[in-house]
Amino acid sequence: MKPSTPQPPSVSPVLELRQISQSFGTQGVLREVTVKVQRGETLALIGESGCGKSVTTKLLAGLLDPTRGEVLWEGRPVKGRASSELRRDRLRFGYLFQGAALFDSMNVYENICFGLRENTDLKEPEIREIVLERLREVGLAANVAEKRPADLSGGMKKRVGLARALAMSPDVIFYDEPTTGLDPVMSDVINELILQTQSRRNVTSVVVTHDMQTVRRVADRVVMLYPLGRVAPGMPQVIFEGTPDEAFASEDPRVGCFVRGEAGARLKEMSAA
Amino acid sequence: MSALSSNAADPTPIHMLGRMAVEIVEAIGDLVTFFLRMLGGMLVRWPRARVLWPVMYEIGVQSVPVIFVTGLFIGMVLAVQSYDTLRMFRLESRIGSIINVSLVRELGPVLAATMLAGRVGSAMAAEIGTMRVTEQIEALKALGADPLTYLVVPRFLACFLLIPALTLVADGVGMFGGWFVSVQVLGVSDHFFWLYSQQFISAYDVIAGVSKSLFFGAAIAVIACHRGFHCGAGAEGVGRAATDSFVFSFIAILVLDLLLSIALNNLYRLLWALGITVV
Repeated sequence: MKPSTPQPPSVSPVLELRQISQSFGTQGVLREVTVKVQRGETLALIGESGCGKSVTTKLLAGLLDPTRGEVLWEGRPVKGRASSELRRDRLRFGYLFQGAALFDSMNVYENICFGLRENTDLKEPEIREIVLERLREVGLAANVAEKRPADLSGGMKKRVGLARALAMSPDVIFYDEPTTGLDPVMSDVINELILQTQSRRNVTSVVVTHDMQTVRRVADRVVMLYPLGRVAPGMPQVIFEGTPDEAFASEDPRVGCFVRGEAGARLKEMSAA
Repeated sequence: MSALSSNAADPTPIHMLGRMAVEIVEAIGDLVTFFLRMLGGMLVRWPRARVLWPVMYEIGVQSVPVIFVTGLFIGMVLAVQSYDTLRMFRLESRIGSIINVSLVRELGPVLAATMLAGRVGSAMAAEIGTMRVTEQIEALKALGADPLTYLVVPRFLACFLLIPALTLVADGVGMFGGWFVSVQVLGVSDHFFWLYSQQFISAYDVIAGVSKSLFFGAAIAVIACHRGFHCGAGAEGVGRAATDSFVFSFIAILVLDLLLSIALNNLYRLLWALGITVV
């Protein structure tokens, strides 16, 4: 379990989705979803594939505009902010993407310093120092800096992605499926890095995951989404909100089956569909 | 109501034509909006040299060999094809004017643009499409960069500014190819080859050809980047974006060529009527 105790929530959530609906063309993904992220906490977003976890995270980070509803940062709506202000505010966030999303055309060094070069006036020696420090922080040697993303293993890519997300010293970090596709040992390394980042920097974290080991180790609070197509009309899409222990003890079969990794009645439902 | 439902389920050719017209207008509107947003981004922030120079090298310098080879062979083929017809009328000494006027006015700009659309446009669409599919475009946003300014502006500038040079390369090499076959292989007089070329080509022809190429370059960059940004999911989406980029660019080049040729011919007549000559 996570070693440090969660901080008491502040009055105004650092991030909030208020009654958000999101669709892509005719495909609805979210319907009237409300999610609050308190300062300093680590929130795990769980749910089946395709239930809208990554979309929720991108909405929280301001990478997507909602079809309906309101996104608030520090209690202020994101909509209506000038694009320059939005870009500046977004720099307070670090984002580790699902596939790391490293820029293929750049080496590791250029990937990590991208945000610094684009948004600061730091001189190259200072940038170099930060890049090497971030590489050390995620447990990578300095010689990795010259490698291309194509030359890295899955775990190394995730760690470089994390180093890039940390380069601008963000207040909030989003981890989109940080352990997916990694072996158990590397998954634990990533979990450990999430915990270390949390304790060293006291950041707010949002972790999208299917991995219950990650939920147990890093999360203070869990929010579970249910796929919109299977939510009964009028019922909320957020089917659980609470601590990891509460999630594992949940009597709701949808939550219980998911956290225990049991098919339950799902196979029958799929056959009937 | 029932008529509407039946139309939606089984559209008539008129419905399909109407739908296609709406889709074309929507696509053009979307493309123009994309172009205007890109121009807006260019005014707000000029691309940094370390981003712009590699793109210019890739688009300009790396395209020279392919344009060199195609220009050379088009010039030679023009000579081979024109020679027999001109010879029937004992006009083979004027072959230089046919080859060089064709090259400078039409083939040079269109050839350079087509090669650019094939070599560079498709690659740009595929690269940006791959970036979209692998969330790299969202990563740019997350790292404080505007994807439109960061990705599209340098590519637009490189295509727009370097296509005139590539057109002049195609013109020059094509002329050399035409001269080589006409004079060295088919035995046309070197003196008459250049004399008639000089008589028939004016500075206006060269300027008009190069001016056309600027529009072609802009169209290629905007279409390719637009296709990349609107790429569908997976490898199939990236492949489709690259193919669409070339097909739409090629159509745009031909349509623009026709419209610009008409406009430039009218401009020439207007200048001539006003007593302004561009020799």
